[in-house]
Amino acid sequence: MSMDQLSIYLYVIGSGITVVVFYSYIVYLYRSEKRGEKDYEKYGRIAIDDEIDSTPVETVSDPANKNKE
Amino acid sequence: MQSNAAMEYDYSIVKLYMWTTVIFGIVGMLVGVIIASQLAWPQLNYWLGEYGTFSRLRPIHTNVVVYGFMISGIFVGFYYSAQRVLKVSIGESKFLMTLGYLQFFLYLIAASGLVISEGMGITTSKEYAQMEWPLDILIVVIWVLWGMIMFGLIGMRREKALYISMWYYVATFLGVAMLYLFNNMEIPTQLLSGGLGAWYHSVSMYAGTNDAMVQWWWGHNAVAFVFTVPIIALIYYYLPKESGQAVYSYKLSLLSFWGLMFIYLWAGGHHLLWSTVPDWVQTMGSIFSVVLILPSWGSAINMLLTMKGEWNQLTDNPLIKFMVLASTFYMLSTLEGPIQAVKSVNAIAHFTDWIPGHVHDGVLGWVAFMVFATLMHSAPRVFKREIYSKSLLEAQFWIQTVAVVLYFTSMWIAGITQGMMWRAVDEYGNLMYSFIDTVNVLHPYWVIRAVGGTLYFIGLLMFAWNFFMTATAGRKLETEPQFRSPMA
Repeated sequence: MSMDQLSIYLYVIGSGITVVVFYSYIVYLYRSEKRGEKDYEKYGRIAIDDEIDSTPVETVSDPANKNKE
Repeated sequence: MQSNAAMEYDYSIVKLYMWTTVIFGIVGMLVGVIIASQLAWPQLNYWLGEYGTFSRLRPIHTNVVVYGFMISGIFVGFYYSAQRVLKVSIGESKFLMTLGYLQFFLYLIAASGLVISEGMGITTSKEYAQMEWPLDILIVVIWVLWGMIMFGLIGMRREKALYISMWYYVATFLGVAMLYLFNNMEIPTQLLSGGLGAWYHSVSMYAGTNDAMVQWWWGHNAVAFVFTVPIIALIYYYLPKESGQAVYSYKLSLLSFWGLMFIYLWAGGHHLLWSTVPDWVQTMGSIFSVVLILPSWGSAINMLLTMKGEWNQLTDNPLIKFMVLASTFYMLSTLEGPIQAVKSVNAIAHFTDWIPGHVHDGVLGWVAFMVFATLMHSAPRVFKREIYSKSLLEAQFWIQTVAVVLYFTSMWIAGITQGMMWRAVDEYGNLMYSFIDTVNVLHPYWVIRAVGGTLYFIGLLMFAWNFFMTATAGRKLETEPQFRSPMA
C-alpha cells in the first residue's frame, strides 16, 4: 500500500472516529441531563455568583474539617 | 485557611499585570504604527540607524504585543477571574502569593530582555519564537510558576466544579508548555562549535523542512493557545459577569472546548501550503482549518446568545459593546482563516498583505478588545473606584472599530491585488508585472493601513488615560458592583 492510499484510509477512518466521538459526547451530555444525573447549566451560575462568601454551586469540603471527621 | 466572612479576593498581582498590559500595549502598538508607516513611506527606515529599520522593529512589534500586552492582559484575567470562579483568595496562601510576585518579576525581566535583545538584533529568526535560549529558559520557569499557582488555587478551591474559563486556562498552560518546549529545542552555538560565536546564540535541533514544520506547529498554535484559548477563557467569565446573564449553553461551551482542543493542534500545516513539506501535511492543515470553524463559531455564537433578551445593554454599556464586537470579530477571523487555508485560495493569499490583514482583524478586533474589556471590568473591583469616563470609553470603541475596519479592508484589497498581479502572465506565459509594479499599486492601501493603525493607537492612548484616571482619581465606591461596571 502506498503512502497516498494509506493517508486516504487514515483520513476516512480518522474522520469517522471524530464524528462518532463528538456526536456521542453530545448524546451523553443531553442524555445524562434528561435522566437527571447531571445539570450542566447550573455551572453557568459560577461566573455570575462569584462572591467569596456566596454559596458554591457544588461545595468542596474544607480539608481542615475533613481531617476532624 | 481564614474564615470566609473575613476574606476578600487579593488583587495585588492583578494590579501589577494591569500596568504592564497598558505599558507594553503602548510600546508594542507604537512600534506597529512606525513599521506600518515605514512600509508606506520607506524613508522612515533610516531615522535611527540599524535600530530603526523595519527588520529590527518588526519582531519587537509582534513580540511585545503578543508576549507583553496580550500575556499581561491574560494574566490580569487569570489572577482576577480564577480566584472568583474557584471562590478562593490567592492571599490565603503565602506560598502562592510569593510565587505570584516571583512570576511577575521574572516576567518583567524576561519581557525587558526580549525588547533589549531584539532591539540589538539578537534573535533565533523563528517567527514568534525569536527569543534566544537564556530567555527561553526564563520563560519556562515563568510558565511553570504559573502552573503551580493555577493548580495550587484549584487545590484550595471551595467551588468544586471548575468553571469553563478554568478549562481554557488549564489548556493554555498545557498547550503552550508542550509547544514551546518542542519548538525551542536548540543548542547554544558555542557548545557545538568549540567556542565560536556569541554565548547567547543557538542553533535549532531540527533542520530544513522539519524545522519549518515544528516552527509552524508552534506558530499556528501560538495563535491557538495565546490569541484564542485564553481569550475565550476571558469572554466566558467577563461577558456573563458584566451582563448579569449566565452563559447561554454550558453544554455547548463544553463541546466547543473539546472540539477546539482536538482540531486546533493539527491546523498548523496551512502555513506551509505550496512549500516543500509533504503533501499530506498540507492537506491535513487545510482540512483541519476548515473543520475548525465549528468549535470556533460554537463559542462565539454561545457568547452572542448569552445576550439574548438583553440586547438593550449593547446600546448603553460600552464594555458590552467591546465584548460583543470582540465575539463578532472572532467569528469573522475564524471564517477568514479557514478560507485562506483552502489550497486554491492560498495560492493567491500566501505571502500577500491579506495575511497580516487576517491576523489584525483577529488580534485588534478580538484579542485586544477583550483585553480592554477585561481591564475595565476589573478596574472598579480592583481599585474600588468608578470607571473615570464612559464617554471616553465610547469614543475609544468607535475610533478603534473604524481603525480595525480600515486596517483589514485595505489589506484584503491589497493582498488580493498583490496575489493576482504576482500570478498574472501574458499570452506567452511571461510574468506581466515586476515586483515594483505591485509596490506602486499597493502604496495607497499601505497608507490607509498606517492611518488605521494610528487611529487604533490613539484609541489605546485614550484607554490608557481612562485606566490611569480610574485607578487614581475615579469616584470611590462603597460596595463592589455585582454586574454592570459603574462609570461616570
